[in-house]
Amino acid sequence: MENKTFYHEILTDHNLHPAHKHDLHDADYVLEGVNPNCGDDIWLKVKINDGRIEQASFLGDGCAISQASADMMLDLVIGKTKEDALRMTDLFLRMIQGETTESELEELEEASVLQNVSHMPARVKCAVLGWHTLKEILENE
Amino acid sequence: MKWSDKRRREEFPFFCYREEIYLDHAATSQRPQRVLDAERVFYEKQNANPFRGLYELGMEATDAYERARKTVQNFLHAQYAEEIIFTRNATESLNLVAYSFGCHFLKEGDEIIVSIMEHHSNLLPWQMVAEKTGAKLVFLECGADGTISKEQLDFAFTERTKLVAITHVSNVLGCQNPIEEVVRRAHECEAVVVLDAAQSIAHRPVDVVLLDVDFLAFSGHKMMGPMGIGVLYGKKKWLEQMPPFLRGGEMIESVSRTGATFAPLPHRLEAGTVNAAAAVGLEAAIHFIHEIGWEEIRSREEELTAYAMNQMEAIPEIHILGSKDPKNHSGILTFTVEGVHPHDVASILDADHIAVRAGHHCAQPLFAHLNIPSATRASLAFYNTKEEIDRFVDCLKPLRRKMGYGK
Ligand SMILES: Cc1ncc(COP(=O)(O)O)c(C=O)c1O
Repeated sequence: MENKTFYHEILTDHNLHPAHKHDLHDADYVLEGVNPNCGDDIWLKVKINDGRIEQASFLGDGCAISQASADMMLDLVIGKTKEDALRMTDLFLRMIQGETTESELEELEEASVLQNVSHMPARVKCAVLGWHTLKEILENE
Repeated sequence: MKWSDKRRREEFPFFCYREEIYLDHAATSQRPQRVLDAERVFYEKQNANPFRGLYELGMEATDAYERARKTVQNFLHAQYAEEIIFTRNATESLNLVAYSFGCHFLKEGDEIIVSIMEHHSNLLPWQMVAEKTGAKLVFLECGADGTISKEQLDFAFTERTKLVAITHVSNVLGCQNPIEEVVRRAHECEAVVVLDAAQSIAHRPVDVVLLDVDFLAFSGHKMMGPMGIGVLYGKKKWLEQMPPFLRGGEMIESVSRTGATFAPLPHRLEAGTVNAAAAVGLEAAIHFIHEIGWEEIRSREEELTAYAMNQMEAIPEIHILGSKDPKNHSGILTFTVEGVHPHDVASILDADHIAVRAGHHCAQPLFAHLNIPSATRASLAFYNTKEEIDRFVDCLKPLRRKMGYGK
C-alpha cells in the first residue's frame, strides 16, 4: 500500500528532530494555523528583510505529518525571496493534489516524500497546514 | 461456546470481500447477511409506501414496518409499541427529545445535567435547549477511569434539576455509567432521564422498564442493523404531551387551510415517508442478536478485550484509557502511544489493513477533562478473532521504532 513508504526516515527525522522548531523573538509575522480534525496547531514565525525570508521558525503540536511538513518547508524557504517561497508553496499544494511533474517534484527536495499523502484525504490537511499558513503570511505581507 | 469463530465470521459477507482487520465497531458494526437480505427482500417483495397505499401491497408494507416496531418494543421490554419512535439515528432521536420535550417543558432557572463524557450528539442538543430556555447546563464529572462517584452525583443534583442526559456506555472509555443510581436521584427531584444507549445497545440487554428511564436513544447501525434507522423510546406519558418535531405527511389526522390535527402516537413523531426497509433490517439484527444470545456476546467480547488488554499493557509506551477491568470496556480500547500522535498511529495501522479510529471521538469535553489532546480507539465485536488481535498487537509493538524512536 502507498503509505507503507510514508513514515520513512526523512519524515520521522524531521518530526523527532526538527531544525526549525524554536521561538523567534524578532519575527515580523506570527500566524497560527489550526487543523481541528487532527488537533494540529502550529505557530509560524517569519522575519522578512528586503523581500527575502531571512529567518523563520515554528512552534506547536500535532501529528508527525504536520510537524515534519512544516520543518521541511522551512528548510526550503529560508533565504528565498517572497516570490520564490510562494512558488514553492504552490508547487507543494499542487503535489498534494497529485498534479506535479517529476522535475517539479525535485525542486521540492525532501518535502516530496509527502507526495503520497495525495492518496490519503484524511491526512491532506495535516500536510498542508504549515504551507497554507506561510502562504497566508506572504500574500498579506 | 455455541458458535465457532468460523461460523460467526461466515455470517458477515464483509469479511469475504475485504481483508481489513476491522476494529472500529464503536463507529459502526458490520452487518450479517440476513440483515442485508431482510432489507433487500422488503424492496423486492413488499415495497410500497407504508400508511399511504389503500391496497393490499401497501398494507403489507405497513405491517412489515409495524412488526419491526413490535420487535424493537420487545427488545427493549417497553410496555407499548407506540413508545417506539423510528428515527434516522441516535443523533436525531436525541434532537427530537431536545426540541419537542426540552424546549417545551424546561424554563429559566431549571438545570440540565449532562455528563462530561457525552458524545457531542448528546451534548449539543442540550446546549441548544439551555440557550433557548435559559435553563442551566450542569456537568457531571468523572474520574480518570470514567467512574462517576457518589460525591459527583451529590454535587450535580439539586432541587432545580429537571433533566439528566447521560450515556449508558462511554464511546471513549467503554465504561458503564451508574444509571440506576442516576435514575433514582433524578426521579426523586422529578427530573426526567434521557439515556444515550448508542454504545450499550449492541453489548448488553436493555430493559427500559427495569431501568425506568424516561427516554432512550440508539442507532441501528451500531448493532448490526442498517444505517439510516434509529430509535427513540419514550414513556407514553411524555410522548403524548410532546408537540411534533417535524411536520408534514404521515403525522396528521386532518389538515385545513389554517391548521391541522395531529395523528396519534407513534406517527405524530414520524413525519414523512419512513425508512421501512431499514426498520425491517433492524428487526433482523435483533433476531440475530437473540439467536447468538447475550451471554455468548458478552463472554466472547470480554474474552477478546482481556486478551487485547493483556498484550497492550505489556508494551510500556502504550496507555489504555479507562478501567483496568476488561469487563468495564464494552469492547472499547482507547489508548495513547507515548510520543506518537494518534493520527500517525491510525495511519501506520492502516498501512497494515487495520481499521481503528483516531482523534477526539466526538467527545471533546471529555478529552479536555482528562487533559489528553486525542487518542486512538480500537473497538471490538464478538465476531473479531484472537488472530486479528495478535496482528493488531504485532503492529503496535514496532510502532515507536517506525516513528524513529530508539535508533
Ligand atoms: C455515545 C454515542 N452517542 C451518540 C452517537 C451518535 O450516533 P449516530 O451518529 O448514529 O447518530 C454515537 C456514535 O457515534 C455514540 O457513540
